[in-house]
Formats: sequence, structure tokens, C-alpha cells
Amino acid sequence: MMVDSVLKAVRVVGDRTLKIVERIGATVTFLALILVHSATPFKRPSLIVREVYYAGVQSLIIILVSGLFVGMVLGLQGHETLQKYGSEESVGVLVALALVREMGPVVSALLFASRAGSAITAEIGLMKATEQLSAMEMMAVNPVARVVAPRFWGGVLSMPLLALLFSGMGIFGGFVVAVVLIGVDNGAFWSQMQAAVDFRQDVVNGIIKSLVFGVAVSAIATFEGYEAPPTAEGVSGATTRTVVTSSLAILALDLLLTAFMLKGWN
Amino acid sequence: MERSTLNLWVGFFVLLGFMAFLMLAFKVGNLSFGSSGKTYSVSAHFDNIGQLKERAPVRSAGVLVGRVSSIHFDAVHYNAEVRMSIDEQYHFPTDTSASVLTSGILGEQYIGLDAGGDDKMLKNGDEIKLAQGAMVLERLIGQFLFNKAQDGNTAKGAEK
Repeated sequence: MMVDSVLKAVRVVGDRTLKIVERIGATVTFLALILVHSATPFKRPSLIVREVYYAGVQSLIIILVSGLFVGMVLGLQGHETLQKYGSEESVGVLVALALVREMGPVVSALLFASRAGSAITAEIGLMKATEQLSAMEMMAVNPVARVVAPRFWGGVLSMPLLALLFSGMGIFGGFVVAVVLIGVDNGAFWSQMQAAVDFRQDVVNGIIKSLVFGVAVSAIATFEGYEAPPTAEGVSGATTRTVVTSSLAILALDLLLTAFMLKGWN
Repeated sequence: MERSTLNLWVGFFVLLGFMAFLMLAFKVGNLSFGSSGKTYSVSAHFDNIGQLKERAPVRSAGVLVGRVSSIHFDAVHYNAEVRMSIDEQYHFPTDTSASVLTSGILGEQYIGLDAGGDDKMLKNGDEIKLAQGAMVLERLIGQFLFNKAQDGNTAKGAEK
């Protein structure tokens, strides 16, 4: 009996693992399918512009406000600790490096996943539930090319811009707290920052990160919507899965990318 | 939503993102049009480079004039060969001396160049002959103790 229950438990673990692997595989296959059907949105850029509006412009407020707050908190906390070592001016370096390397791409991608990713999933899932996608197929319009690919590219294009705005706004927030409110020297704040932040190593790597996150979030969001069971529960479950899966994907990819960027690619 | 309003908002968004990129590149990062970007390479052999790293600054009179481009171990002379790229707008005499210095007490290490008085200038690929390596704390203390002990001995010898 004992052996049976242990075997059963192991079987459950194996089943779960295989389902996760299957899900990852299906998402990557779907990503390939989107790329194959990407000619349509690039021939009609107005389709992508519309999605950039809904994914990017509509996320602007939450990204800018969060960036400002994160930057201000970094400024306060950084100043508090650096003060003990008598190097308050380095607060600019701390804020800028933390934002440009990590917080900008990661936090804006997490916000993007919950703000825009979930909306994309719900929209596509509902289109499927109300058989709008099947109707398109009946009219010989490929729903992946007409509905999914524009949303994917809209997300991929919006993500780096949002991450850059997040970092920029955060550095402004750090500046307001450290220089305007606390009174750290303005010149030292910026000059130490410029000496420490490298364009290629820090800024460009941050943009690469946000591009990768944009691809991951958009692929997961469109996949979950497209594969959602055509019911009310199905769509709500898919929306939740989009947020959970893309958040995990962002953090895991961030670890991988950071490890490679710090240690070099070879 | 009307097409033109949509385009306006997206255009606004893209321009804003581009402005953030420019701010990060020029105001926050160190990308600038100021330096010509053209450099010439000189090398120097140090007996010890301490914590010197690639891309460390090369300064003369405290001003950044170049960066360390590569550090190798010279298996023939058993010392460290450091190549540095110096900005083309700065020229140094051939008898310039290079030393590994530290900024502040806990700061990063950099190479300091002290110009000599020669008429000839260093060219691409030249070697700086006068090179002083990094100070190693243990050796400094050892030398200090050794000198102290010797002072004591000579003082005793003088008494006798």
C-alpha cells in the first residue's frame, strides 16, 4: 500500500512537470506561428499602431507614476544608507544603475503584464468565446495574422519604450528626493552618475532585457487568449494564467540575462 | 477611436520614449559627442598591477585621457603587460612615466601618466618605459618593519 501511494505521488509530480513542459512548448510553437504570420501587420501598420495605443499609451500613466515612486524610494533608501559612509553623492549612481539595469526593465514588464497582457488575453479569449475568430476563418481571414500578430507586435514595440520611460521617470524621482528635498549636491549627483553608467553595458543591456520581456509577455498573453476555453471561467482562468506565467517568465529570464550580461556571452 | 487621434497619441508616446532614451544616453550615461572616439594605443609593463581592471581610467593631472584596453601576463618577463588607448587629442613625450594609483582610500585603481620633457611624442604601439606598479600593503608594512629593525640595530651599534 505504502509503495502504491508513493508511486502515485511521483506520478502526479511527473504529470505536472510534463504539463508545464508541454505548455512552454506550445507557447514557443505559437510564437513561431505568430512570426510566420507577421507579414500582414507589417503591410498594414495601422493595425500595429492601434495595438501600440492600447498596450503602450494606455499603460503610460501607471508606468510613469510607478517609476516616479520607485525612483523616489530608491533615493530615500539609498541616501539613508550611503550617508553612513559619507558618500551621499553616490545616491545618483545607485538610483541610475538600479533602474537602468534591473528595476526599469523588470518592474515595467511586470506592470505591463498585469495592465496590458491581461487585457490582450481577455480580448482574444472573449473573441474566441463569442466565435468572432471562427467567423473570421469562415471569411478566409487568418485570425492569427489579423488579430494575434498585431497585438503581439504592439506589445513588443511598446515594452522597451515603457521601460525607458520608467527608468527616466525613476531617475527624475531620485533627483527630486536627493537633490531638491534632501540637498545632495546637484553637480556631484549627475557627474558621478555619468561616470558610473556605461551606455553600452548598462543602457543598451537594459533595452535588450526589456525587448526580451516584451516578446515573452506578448507571446504568453496572446497564446493564453487564443487557447482559452471558450467559456466565462475559461477566459478568467486564462487572464490569471497570463499574469502568473508572464511574471515568472520575466523574473526567470531576468536571472538568465543578468548572468550572461555580467559574465559575458562565452 | 478616430484614426488621427490614435496616431497622435501613439506618435506622442513614441517621441516620449525616444526622449527618455536620449536622456538615459546623454544625461545619465556617458555617451557623448565630445570625445572624438579616435585613440592610439600604448603599452607599459608593471611588476604588479594590484586591482587594476580593463576599462579602468587613464588619467593625467587628474583628467581622463584614456582607458585600459587589455591586461596580459607577460610570460617572458614575468610581469603584467597593460595596453591602454589614449584619446588622439592628447600627446605625451616618450619619457612619460606611468604608475598604478588608487583614487581615495577604497576607490578604484587607475593609471596615472606624468609627462616627461622629451621632444619626441609617443606614437601608436609605443611602450612607456618608466612604469611603477601598485603599492601592496603587506610589502609596505614589511618594508617599514624591516627599516625599523635596522634603525634599532644601527643605533645599538653606535652606542657600543
